[in-house]
Amino acid sequence: MAKIVAGVATSHVPAIGAAIDNGKSGEDYWKPLFKGFEPSKKWIAELNPDVIILVYNDHASAFSLEMIPTFAIGCAESFAPADEGWGARPVPVVQGHPELAWHIAQSTILDEFDMTIVNKMDVDHGLTVPLSLMYGQPAAWPCPVIPLAVNVVQYPPPTGHRCYMLGKAIRRAVESFDKPLRVAIFGTGGMSHQLQGPRAGLINSVFDNKYLDNFSKDPEAIVRIPHIEYVREAGSEAIELVMWLIMRGAIDEHAKEIYRFYHVPASNTAVGHMILENI
Amino acid sequence: MSEPEFEDIPGTLLFDAERSRKGYHLNMFCMSLMKSENRDAFRADEEGYKKQFPMSAEQSKAITDRDWNKMLELGGNIYFTSKLGAFDSLSFQQLAAKMTGSTQQEYADMMLHGGRSVEGNRSKSDWKNRG
Repeated sequence: MAKIVAGVATSHVPAIGAAIDNGKSGEDYWKPLFKGFEPSKKWIAELNPDVIILVYNDHASAFSLEMIPTFAIGCAESFAPADEGWGARPVPVVQGHPELAWHIAQSTILDEFDMTIVNKMDVDHGLTVPLSLMYGQPAAWPCPVIPLAVNVVQYPPPTGHRCYMLGKAIRRAVESFDKPLRVAIFGTGGMSHQLQGPRAGLINSVFDNKYLDNFSKDPEAIVRIPHIEYVREAGSEAIELVMWLIMRGAIDEHAKEIYRFYHVPASNTAVGHMILENI
Repeated sequence: MSEPEFEDIPGTLLFDAERSRKGYHLNMFCMSLMKSENRDAFRADEEGYKKQFPMSAEQSKAITDRDWNKMLELGGNIYFTSKLGAFDSLSFQQLAAKMTGSTQQEYADMMLHGGRSVEGNRSKSDWKNRG
């Protein structure tokens, strides 16, 4: 049977992708950020998962306002990097895992989570930046990736609690898949940031660090945070943190915290990162 | 349907149902700039290109003026308006500087020093009292 072995939470700031793609990661501005991901790169090289389920949000790349699925799972053979208005990122095409993806779709739908099944989808920085942070610039991504896109653009996104429960359903789905795959799950986005309007640039490191503490040790304490609190305390785009809770739900409540990193700023955003392993 | 709790947060517009309905064509215009042939067509004739999208005169003017906050007030969403920003070769940080009325340098310095504090920025009453 397949099992979920570890979870990775990380921000997915587009400027990080641009820094990597344009060879700027050694510049003073970016050096501390990339240094913070060095241990993570070593860790994932050792873990060498067979598949990654990557929870992220599309930023009006694959989904415009024509269709706005709350939870969309990518079941295709492969996913091309999206042209986000300045040409696609020069990163490898993402290979999917249709067999496991379809299994998760079926299992979670029968488990009462109404997933949208997607057979054609380009993937934007929300998905590719976390892969770049963890794997650098390989010629091909080392393992198949199942994209799970969550709407956090159109209000209301799903609640934190709903996301957490979906994570648990994903775990049940993976554990009922009849192949011995070792699966990692990524929850991406956040932490505090606001991109829009006169309050843009908001950062709340007190909120973020408390969130990281609870995320590690006491996830039940943060699953009921209402949308208004994310927006008021940590900025309008901090609401992306609900996606971390899908990852958290798929991992043991008493998981082992392997690594943590927090850095301000990457462009407009507070970068948070945590690795958890099931014991 | 408006969300009164959210309306109290200063300098922040929730992209709710009402704004999404109002801004649909403005946002879909921005979305069209994802394609390079559309970018070329818009570059060649901005006013003519916009006519394909049944926007209000006010929305159309906000685009011409590159009035980024006005676009948001008229139903624009930052992930869509940023595509017009990308067309203008503006990064997210450059756009943010414009929306906050700072120079790019001032904004970048604020971010380097830990960003905008939440203290004094939680409620519209905070902004009223700051004089």
